[in-house]
Amino acid sequence: MPVERSQIAFVREEQLPERSPPVLETGALKWIRENLLNGVTGTLLTLVSLYAIYFVLSSVLPWIINGLWNTNNIRECKDILAGMSGGCFSVLSDRWNQLLFGITYPNDQYWRPSLAFVLLLIALAPVLFSQVPRQLLVFSALYPFIAFWLIWGGTILFSAVALIGFGVAYMVYSRLVARSFAVAIVVGLLAAVVTWWLGGFVSDAFPDFAALEVVASRDMGGFMLNMILGVVCVSLSLPLGILLALGRQSSMPIIKWICVVFIEFIRGVPLITLLFVANVVLAYFLPPGSNFDLILRVIIMITMFAAAYIAEVIRGGLAALPRGQYEAADSVGLDYAQSMRLIILPQALKISIPGIVNVAVGLFKDTTLVSVISMFDLVGMIRGPILASTDWNGVYWELWLFAAVLFFTVCYGISQYSQWLERQLTTDHR
Amino acid sequence: MSDGVSEINQPAMNVSDEVAIAIEKMNKWFGTFHVLRDIDLTVYRGERIVIAGPSGSGKSTLIRCINALEEHQQGSITVDGTLLSSDIKNIDTIRSEVGMVFQHFNLFPHLSILDNCTLAPIWVRKIPKKEAEETAMHFLEKVKIPEQADKYPGQLSGGQQQRVAIARSLCMRPRIMLFDEPTSALDPEMIKEVLDTMVELAEDGMTMICVTHEMGFAREVANRVIFMDEGQIVEQNEPAEFFDNPKSPRTQLFLSQILGH
Ligand SMILES: Nc1ncnc2c1ncn2[C@@H]1O[C@H](COP(=O)(O)OP(=O)(O)OP(=O)(O)O)[C@@H](O)[C@H]1O
Ligand SMILES: [Mg+2]
Repeated sequence: MPVERSQIAFVREEQLPERSPPVLETGALKWIRENLLNGVTGTLLTLVSLYAIYFVLSSVLPWIINGLWNTNNIRECKDILAGMSGGCFSVLSDRWNQLLFGITYPNDQYWRPSLAFVLLLIALAPVLFSQVPRQLLVFSALYPFIAFWLIWGGTILFSAVALIGFGVAYMVYSRLVARSFAVAIVVGLLAAVVTWWLGGFVSDAFPDFAALEVVASRDMGGFMLNMILGVVCVSLSLPLGILLALGRQSSMPIIKWICVVFIEFIRGVPLITLLFVANVVLAYFLPPGSNFDLILRVIIMITMFAAAYIAEVIRGGLAALPRGQYEAADSVGLDYAQSMRLIILPQALKISIPGIVNVAVGLFKDTTLVSVISMFDLVGMIRGPILASTDWNGVYWELWLFAAVLFFTVCYGISQYSQWLERQLTTDHR
Repeated sequence: MSDGVSEINQPAMNVSDEVAIAIEKMNKWFGTFHVLRDIDLTVYRGERIVIAGPSGSGKSTLIRCINALEEHQQGSITVDGTLLSSDIKNIDTIRSEVGMVFQHFNLFPHLSILDNCTLAPIWVRKIPKKEAEETAMHFLEKVKIPEQADKYPGQLSGGQQQRVAIARSLCMRPRIMLFDEPTSALDPEMIKEVLDTMVELAEDGMTMICVTHEMGFAREVANRVIFMDEGQIVEQNEPAEFFDNPKSPRTQLFLSQILGH
């Protein structure tokens, strides 16, 4: 039975004016009281922390503000500062190019690695962000070949032949894969090798075709070397790590066994040992006179090292997936490759992101270990030529701070990106 | 147990004499444990079979053998004329003809509902994306959740997820559907919506094998109920006969327990 609303309920006609909450319960004051002056212990800790912050800032800020950027050597710095606190940042402006490119990279060619770096950002964009138009992925695929040509120089035919080799391999593979996966892989690889071998004659015949001045691997140095090693090794070790992780789960005993031995062996050896092996020992095994590029050797070692760790991280992700996912993929009729690519790996990789990023960041920092086998990366440059020079002998803080800032920027960027990516991939919020 | 199964339209459900699944003298072991013993079972096209039995009796294992999620060691299984052997080609053929619905749905959590439904048709049947999406929407409408197409599995209720799982299987246009306790993980109020979907499928003449404890469903929809215990088929009969006049003492015991008197 309908009842008139007004009969059963009193409805207030006008609103009472809003009263603001007591001052001590809102805004900044409340925050301060609850977070900084929370009891005796809290207040004491706040005071101690404030003093620590003051202490650090009061010694660091003058050092930075008084810093000198335009002197020619450390003695001039000392004269001008005359005992005052101040950094001698002139070493950075004086040796800027050496810090970034090493000593022996030809001065008039610095634009090449710089351009390669800018193009790297463009090539990474579509890989890292799905919002970027997919057509740009074509450029990402071409990028390794362009970058090689830019940084090492020589005729562009060399890069072109390498690219065509991959293209031929892919075409052969996609023709044959319907018949047999294994045959397709083997024949595809053979086709690539033949293409490279034949193409070698062509690029040897026209060494001046669209050629840039050749720069040898031993002339690479500075932060550029860290970037080259970091980018190449991360992008190679991820797919290799995935294959190793899948191989370790394989039902084929030989494949499984090979992967287990590889992973366990590499994980049990310090990276620095592998680098010494790359530097010295490999030379014994190679035919005399063959010049197997040192950077290539180092890349192989770091890649294997990181791949073994990534494989274990991904194995954890694979193990975390419920068996129902494998069964559902099977039951709708997907074959092994499809169920891995479409169902299992996307989920396993998502779970593994923090671990993979951990390895990637570690790998990037570990590229500085090459300074131990006398390669002049950023750390090698600072430790060797720059600190050893009479001009800058003794400018430790400024140089190491610079190195720390460069590495921190890249690593923090990677970490922030991965957290953003994890949020993007979350699909289970209601 | 919910007995809220809708009235069904019996004449539409004709059983043909064409054999859909033939299992002969099938045996399976897990290690040394003999799970399935001498299973003989012939399923005709259009039949709706309910398998019942105590926990651990091998019901799940039996229907998982039919689409090769489990391997059997002895005897033969023939599905739609294809002999199930270790040949990958045969296994893939059978799997794309046989839909399976799991107790825990097993939707792909990283894909939207629509992508869950179109994935297999696109990659296995090589159907163009647009056509696959139309089919998917058709079946999502059939299970009454077309408006959820763009959501992710984690955003749906259990009953909705199970109906998506059914739609996902149907998108492959299977000729046989297997259900492994499709309602056991659901709250009572969601059981009905899933059972209704299954009844509708039965009315369309789908060949179905359901492992379920929903005896109301068995009575109304099945045309044969199979009772399994300790890896054997102990008794099979038409539902009315099976429930009102069970022959074996084990069946009688089971029924008295599950029907609660
Ligand atoms: N992968 C496996 N390895 C070893 N034993 C198994 C495996 N899967 C199942 N079993 C055993 O096989 C027997 C039958 O299991 P199954 O899952 O088929 O039973 P069920 O009838 O479906 O039971 P429920 O009603 O509890 O689902 C059980 O005793 C179980 O412990
Ligand atoms: Mg079961």
